[in-house]
Amino acid sequence: MAYKLDAKTPAGPLAEKWSNHKAAIKVVSPANKRKLDIIVVGTGLGGASAAASLGELGYNVKIFCISDSPRRAHSIAAQGGINAAKNYQNDNDSIYRLFYDTIKGGDYRAREANVYRLAEVSNLIIDQCVAQGVPFAREYGGLLANRSFGGAQVSRTFYARGQTGQQLLLGAYSVLNKEIAAGSVKSYPRHEMLDIVIENGEACGIIARNLVTGEIERHGAHAVVIATGGYGNVFFLSTNAMASNGSAAFQCYRKGAGFANPCFTQIHPTCIPVHGTQQSKLTLMSESLRNDGRIWVPKKMEDVEAIRKGAKLPSDIAEEDRDYYLERRYPAFGNLVPRDVASRAAKERCDAGFGVNETGLAVFLDFKTAIERLGKETIKQRYGNLFDMYEEITDVNPYEQPMQIFPAVHYTMGGIWVDYNLMTTIPGLYAIGEANFSDHGANRLGASALMQGLADGYFVLPYTIGDYLAKKIQAPKIDTTTKAFDEAEAGVRARIERLFAIKGNQSVDDIHKRLGLIMWDNVGMARTKESLEKAIVEIQALRKEFYKDLKLVGDNNSFNVELEKALRLEDFLELGELMARDALNREESCGGHFRSEHQTEDGEALRHDDKFAYAAVWEYKGIDEVPEMTIEPLEYEFVHRAQRNYKD
Amino acid sequence: MNFTLKIWRQRDAKSQGAFETYKVTDISADTSFLEMMDILNNNLIHEGKEPVAFDHDCREGICGMCSMHINGHAHGPSQAVTTCQMYMRKFKDGSTITIEPWRSAAFPVIRDLVVDRGAYDKILQAGGFISVRTNSVPDGNAIPIPKKDADESMDAAACVGCGACAATCKNGSAMLFVAARVSSLAKLPQGKVEGARRAKAMVAKMDELGFGNCTNTGACQAQCPKSISIAHIARLNREFLAAKLQD
Repeated sequence: MAYKLDAKTPAGPLAEKWSNHKAAIKVVSPANKRKLDIIVVGTGLGGASAAASLGELGYNVKIFCISDSPRRAHSIAAQGGINAAKNYQNDNDSIYRLFYDTIKGGDYRAREANVYRLAEVSNLIIDQCVAQGVPFAREYGGLLANRSFGGAQVSRTFYARGQTGQQLLLGAYSVLNKEIAAGSVKSYPRHEMLDIVIENGEACGIIARNLVTGEIERHGAHAVVIATGGYGNVFFLSTNAMASNGSAAFQCYRKGAGFANPCFTQIHPTCIPVHGTQQSKLTLMSESLRNDGRIWVPKKMEDVEAIRKGAKLPSDIAEEDRDYYLERRYPAFGNLVPRDVASRAAKERCDAGFGVNETGLAVFLDFKTAIERLGKETIKQRYGNLFDMYEEITDVNPYEQPMQIFPAVHYTMGGIWVDYNLMTTIPGLYAIGEANFSDHGANRLGASALMQGLADGYFVLPYTIGDYLAKKIQAPKIDTTTKAFDEAEAGVRARIERLFAIKGNQSVDDIHKRLGLIMWDNVGMARTKESLEKAIVEIQALRKEFYKDLKLVGDNNSFNVELEKALRLEDFLELGELMARDALNREESCGGHFRSEHQTEDGEALRHDDKFAYAAVWEYKGIDEVPEMTIEPLEYEFVHRAQRNYKD
Repeated sequence: MNFTLKIWRQRDAKSQGAFETYKVTDISADTSFLEMMDILNNNLIHEGKEPVAFDHDCREGICGMCSMHINGHAHGPSQAVTTCQMYMRKFKDGSTITIEPWRSAAFPVIRDLVVDRGAYDKILQAGGFISVRTNSVPDGNAIPIPKKDADESMDAAACVGCGACAATCKNGSAMLFVAARVSSLAKLPQGKVEGARRAKAMVAKMDELGFGNCTNTGACQAQCPKSISIAHIARLNREFLAAKLQD
């Protein structure tokens, strides 16, 4: 049965939608909030800020995270910054401009109303974080400093050295700690949600595994919030943390929540290239480096070959023999084009044979001009920690020779479908931050992930969840001894037993690496009908192999990392296929989704607004069944959809 | 490169642990230390043995999840990096590497190299925050902060909460961790309001949880992967004394 999707987008002028909506939705009185329980799964920027804010409001909140502390969530690794429309630089920034840049950056595949709200609350986030003691960078006059990021012509990114995500997360974690101390939030670290429980069509709790003891636990609540981030690790090699996974979101999908635009994956242009076959993850070099770094490859093939052989150093190549291809192709934005554009341009040069390392999959990010202009000391102040990290990993000093970079999987714009209230297709089940699909369309701009996580958690969900919970004020505590909980728990136990019973020969990592290669080769930066059809067949075959040949050691009743990984891989093996199916359906190129069949003469993404101006929302039908797609049309009332132009 | 690994194996907090010896071969110099552990674990799985449990996550040196005492040093012999950011080129080919969990009374072993650092969360819950409510705040630029103070606050805020300081300290003191948080907030006008209460509450909680006293040996600073300075301990002591004098 297809979904009846209602985005609940409020009527009225763009700038008044959120205010009107807030005025129209219900609120819950303090006396009633005390009677209501909320579960938040995940403690990154979205989950921590939501849990703290909901706790302050008086709800009883339980938070779950797979790490040993809420502070470890992968939001912590975000380097560059967070956008806000403060216009502190007086460069004619505004809420409208941030909204417009975000909608355009997303290649017109996000909802106007959601994106406008995001831009609207962005300014509150900065105020909030400053008050929490986040040590943002300051100017000498004591006021907040900004820097530029891709996809924008204004300077609106707030930052704390190269550790902005860390500082924002520690801010959210600190107010979370305040609420834990106050007793309004109870924390369950080293716990993993393994199923969502649904009764009478409404979310009423979760089944979680205590990762230390292996115990399977039942937790009931009047609403459940999924804040578990993205699923980029389906590619095995990505910039995500090792334990980042798509499983909580996937359980929701399996139980009936719509999954939107799963093929929208962000490939980040500036990562340290892959070396060898023993690598476990890829390391991001912040987008902020593109403020001062210039991207190039040699113009002459003989120079490329000389560099690969070590006969020449990059610094030996004369200025006129360098192809600063982003500056050449996109004069207006230069090195600060959006990520999808920069990644594809790097691929184009490497495909043409100009890749500068032995694998042919690397380009240069060079600070020579900036060091000449600003001096080494200034560059060190701005990017010192990133330069040190680069040298630690590659043994090359980036003050002397340019960095080598190549695109890598970084973020997933797709996710659980939510309406304007951030509620999924299952009543009482919410998804926030990277886990939902709502705000970034087909490509996310740099410094906007932190903005969205905190917008959802501090300023959107705490209001919109009340509209649902107002109907629950008479509801008793959730009974966790019902049939729905029995069945969910039995399902989890059966799943775990099944994996242990396989007793095959391949480890989780052996199979995960193979899945990653299938995904990268066929569902990566450039996709075709043939590659996607091939991926579907290969993933299905690999999944069968997984169920026949997985080798899982240890037991369920203790700390067992292999079991955790096996359960996550099991979900990735279905999620990968879903991504390929979605990419196959979307016969256009937009943002991070590039179908080679659909490009302009200049090799830019060619959208087909007449056919694909929609969110594709997938409904689960069973493990080897084809999911059903429902579309949510994206109607643009305020912005004219144009081909994105970063040239002039 | 080839290595002999002496690794601490311990089933759970109640079991006795012991060192086991393993060999890894054909490791590239560009492999990270944790990737070397991955290779060992994949080999163990194929031999039907349980892999070595160790904490790790971001592998970019920022989440604070990885730990490990390597050849007697917290986060290994390299200066100012976490274990995940260390590469095998730092070790001599053919050498023996000894790997242990954090050794601290306040961090009980969960399994092998994994310890429970929940005590650090508890210390921060005692007062490591500014009591602001969502939306009850002034404009960000309404609180000008001298660049020097913001920078110093950031220096302290770089702490990743990994536990190396307490694990390294011969007294098992968490002073550097507590000081980093107290100092980071004390350098900001927003943080000063609750400064006295914060310093007292966090120090009291640290004592209650079984961490030892600071005797200024400076070992914590030397082993800190983020080079947090013990100057912050001096600031904590000032904050603490000032708070006590107000009592």
